[in-house]
Amino acid sequence: MGVQVELVDAKSLVFDSREHGFNTELGDMVYIRCISHFRAQMLSATLESIGVPCVNSHSVLERCSNKMLTTLALERGGIPTPRTLMALSAEGVPQAALSLGYPVVLKPLVGSWGRLVSLAKDRETLNALVEHREELSNPLDHIYYLQEYVRRPPRDIRAVVVGDEVAAAVYRVSADGEWRTNVARGASTEAFEPAGELRELLVKAADAVGGGVLGVDAMESSEGYLVHEVNGTVEFRGAQSAVQTSIPRKIVEYLVREVKK
Amino acid sequence: MEAVCSECEAKIIVPDDAIVGEIVECAECGTEYEVAAITEVGVTLKKAEAVKEDWGE
Repeated sequence: MGVQVELVDAKSLVFDSREHGFNTELGDMVYIRCISHFRAQMLSATLESIGVPCVNSHSVLERCSNKMLTTLALERGGIPTPRTLMALSAEGVPQAALSLGYPVVLKPLVGSWGRLVSLAKDRETLNALVEHREELSNPLDHIYYLQEYVRRPPRDIRAVVVGDEVAAAVYRVSADGEWRTNVARGASTEAFEPAGELRELLVKAADAVGGGVLGVDAMESSEGYLVHEVNGTVEFRGAQSAVQTSIPRKIVEYLVREVKK
Repeated sequence: MEAVCSECEAKIIVPDDAIVGEIVECAECGTEYEVAAITEVGVTLKKAEAVKEDWGE
């Protein structure tokens, strides 16, 4: 494709604000694949400050790494998403849960792979979850993101959206004894072709957070599709194992198009 | 390529096409390592970072 690619370990990078640069040359564009959300955010912010474009952009990475910011972006973009309530302290949780109705889904604001995503079927369970969360030292854990429990088949949809195209889509089917559909939680994947309206929604959802290379997750509810998450550093091991299309190729083609703009 | 687990001293087989930054696991004790360097002499491993709260997609 006529481009030179270099793999750089973000952990080895040092940024100097006075020198407006890093301790190594980073080329014309950086595709960020940091597994740490905060590392990705700081890297993208500093890259953009010195005029090096990155995918995804800082604003997209920031928006996608915080579930409340993602929800706000989806709502703003007119994307159907599960009803979400945020309580700014433990005190507000009972009222939020009452408003949503049990069961409720409690998610950490920052986190991935379904980690600490909990289903509270009643008030007692929710109280216990809150009590545990209050013991955690990270202040972000003391802000409560509660979502309606959407009755859906034991699967959701993961689409890898690259630019304005759905590069691949799969169903993620929950593992036995697990309600969450994350591949990291043992979910299996099945390829499927999203039909016109859904395909359009998936691309619109990616666009709502700012666009780029994104993992859009949607659910089939009785009232239609709901987008519940958009991932800024999409992982596609599960999706790639189910589809013929080369997802990395689609991503690289997009990056080359972007860098040549 | 081969390395030795610093925890249990078992032999760790590192694939020949491994690249710096890749994660390999000790098959005996499960300790995860990151490939730190690959030279003509062989492969050097360092302990991989443990999963942190902000890790993910």
